[in-house]
Amino acid sequence: MSENDVSSDEHVAAPVASTTMSGQTVLHPVRDAYMATVESLRDGGYCTATDLTVVDYLTHPGRTDLPEGVEPERFEVVVGLFNHTRRERVRLRIQVPAADPTVPSLFDLFPGTEAMEREAYDLFGVCFDGHPDHSRILLPEDWTDHPLRKDEGIGAIPVQFKAASERR
Amino acid sequence: MARVPILGDVSGVLDEGLEGLEHNFVTARIEDLVKWSRARSCWPATFGLACCAIEMMATGAAHYDLARYGMEVFRASPRQADLMIVAGRVSQKMAPVLRQIYDQMMEPKWVISMGVCASSGGMFNNYAIVQGVDQVVPVDVYAPGCPPGPETLMHAILTLHDKILTGELTTRREQTGAGAGIDLAEEPDHEAAEAP
Amino acid sequence: MDEATRTIDMGSDERVRRRDGSAVLRMTEVEAAELARAPSDPVTGEQADERMILNMGPAHPSTHGVLRLLLEMEGETVLRSKPVIGYLHTGMEKTGENLTFLQGPTNVTRMDYASPLFSELVFSLATEQLLGIEVPARATWIRMLMCELNRAASHLLFQATNGMDLGAVSMMIYGWREREEVLRFFEKVTGLRMNHNYIRPGGVAADLPDGWQDDIRHLLDIIPPRLDEYAVLLNNQPIFRARLQGVGVLEPAEALALSATGPILRATGYDWDLRRDEPYLAYDQVDFDVVVGTCGDAFDRFAVRLEEIRQSLHIVEQILDLLPGGDFRTQDKKVTPPPRARIDESMEALIHHFKIFTEGFHVPEGEVYAAVESPRGELGCYLVSDGGPKPYRMHIRGPSFANLQTLPHLMHGRLVADAVAVISSVDPIMGEVDR
Repeated sequence: MSENDVSSDEHVAAPVASTTMSGQTVLHPVRDAYMATVESLRDGGYCTATDLTVVDYLTHPGRTDLPEGVEPERFEVVVGLFNHTRRERVRLRIQVPAADPTVPSLFDLFPGTEAMEREAYDLFGVCFDGHPDHSRILLPEDWTDHPLRKDEGIGAIPVQFKAASERR
Repeated sequence: MARVPILGDVSGVLDEGLEGLEHNFVTARIEDLVKWSRARSCWPATFGLACCAIEMMATGAAHYDLARYGMEVFRASPRQADLMIVAGRVSQKMAPVLRQIYDQMMEPKWVISMGVCASSGGMFNNYAIVQGVDQVVPVDVYAPGCPPGPETLMHAILTLHDKILTGELTTRREQTGAGAGIDLAEEPDHEAAEAP
Repeated sequence: MDEATRTIDMGSDERVRRRDGSAVLRMTEVEAAELARAPSDPVTGEQADERMILNMGPAHPSTHGVLRLLLEMEGETVLRSKPVIGYLHTGMEKTGENLTFLQGPTNVTRMDYASPLFSELVFSLATEQLLGIEVPARATWIRMLMCELNRAASHLLFQATNGMDLGAVSMMIYGWREREEVLRFFEKVTGLRMNHNYIRPGGVAADLPDGWQDDIRHLLDIIPPRLDEYAVLLNNQPIFRARLQGVGVLEPAEALALSATGPILRATGYDWDLRRDEPYLAYDQVDFDVVVGTCGDAFDRFAVRLEEIRQSLHIVEQILDLLPGGDFRTQDKKVTPPPRARIDESMEALIHHFKIFTEGFHVPEGEVYAAVESPRGELGCYLVSDGGPKPYRMHIRGPSFANLQTLPHLMHGRLVADAVAVISSVDPIMGEVDR
């Protein structure tokens, strides 16, 4: 299977940069071409969205696996799609800038991404345009920060030895 | 002063329960009987949260039978339960629910903190987990383990039974003000009973 | 593997179109509380709207852990519903960024606590792909053996809790009886009944103990006849059938659109199992059937899981004969700690031991997605490494997280009593939903 197998298929709308990582095809559409790429992949037989998540590259030393022409941004939305007929997976990585952390929602194409996008918003603060229920899903509704961002600490508290004073 | 033959002065019962009885050999026997029956039919409330809940269910199942202690009925309603076994990690979102269930239970009630996550936060010292369920509810017995096997949980339950048999009857009633709150000394106000 | 196109009935378009949300209640808690305080008609005293929002959980005996449901009901009928999750959110993905790759399995194993070995397996597979190392054959087959036994144990747990939710309380007691036998074997091999931390990057933590074949034969002797007993106990019981047949019907197109995988997808009639269609470990060298249902109702989901226990035991039987000898973990010294006895003899071994357990082994930069077929569906791990000893980002694709999205569609238009049957047939494990 050649590297550009998916991106050169006739049903992919526009040419999209693609790489191979550990034997897996990875596409890098720009944010504006994101919806069109996913739609053409879906029409081409990618019948289910397996996963949608976000990675915060704030403290990363520097990504070396991006193809030319793709500008690295702070956030990356990573979407996994699966073609059951050809038994092929494809992964999309969309660069999202920190100043404007918004991408279109995949809910109309793949309703199964609803909960995944809510989780991405909850933990990273990336917003999804067109999502039917844009609210927190894992943390309480009045929680204020986005814990999985790299500038948020883990929130550990010093261990309290509650019985220690009794022994002294 | 309400005196009953053999039992003695019983006027303290309404305010303080069995501790209000004047102590003599008959009332001591009654207290022991009450403590024994409370220990032998201590019904747990279902509060299984995570992995420890699986081990708690295994303890209640056939192999490590909890029915031998009279505890196989896990009551769904906290009103009918005496014991809350907090089995699993308590997240920030779950802590208010935990406190609400604890408050709804009636005195006398006890809490076993099952597993290290409930006892101290366990391996998850982070933003999401309450570092020890004793930050939220008072705990009587801690059972360590990740998850504690059924034998450890039974040891914790037997420790609690010892505590029930030998300790004070209603340990936290004064402090928390929890419980049924029935006080029959006052006459109910009939005029004020009309509700809109 | 041939690339034959799939020719199965994908279900009617109408149900697929219903995903516009007419089954999903999209309301915040504040709005739901206000609806409860809606003014009633001043003349008749009746509520203006017949509909009410009922809260089920999170502390409820039938919600399989801490799942909360907001049910919009008209009388006894559930119209729309909303699963509210997050009551077990543990921050495991953040914790995973603070633990080394060797400590990673201790963290992920507590996500799906009914089948912990699968989470360890998928994390280890992802790490090994980034490391680019080969796991010895014996380790691969041991992993397969333990995972199939874990699948059987998890499905037995499902049988027990499913039975209890429907009122067949004796099933609860029987299901745990067999599970205890499997857990006893796990304790002998891994040291723990649950949350084993046995499958680690590089192989497994320890070899199988002597006499393991006899233990496996004992399991294979006692479990299949008892599965027949359960089939007799439940399959022909008219109340059990009435409560499950026709309840919570899901169609293949709906399931795929909602990213549902595992027994839920197979019960709809869609023939898809990662063990056969995207083989990992050594599943292409053993012979097993993929169990597929017919109509996608709760009874099919129950029957698929019952039959999958048999298939798992069939695989275990084959592994008994086919398990090769050799190392139980890779010999790459940078990844695998040395045997404890070597530490006394060799300075190099001591240094390796020290470095692996304090700093951790470094994994080359890259990102990978690995997936396995867990008892609940496709369990995936997306791992990003920056070249350091700890994952830069570890994301676990929990199958129950996606499967829960089918709940509103399964409960739409059914009675509230069916809601309990539906939740239990979806078999969510909240640890991997909330992570």
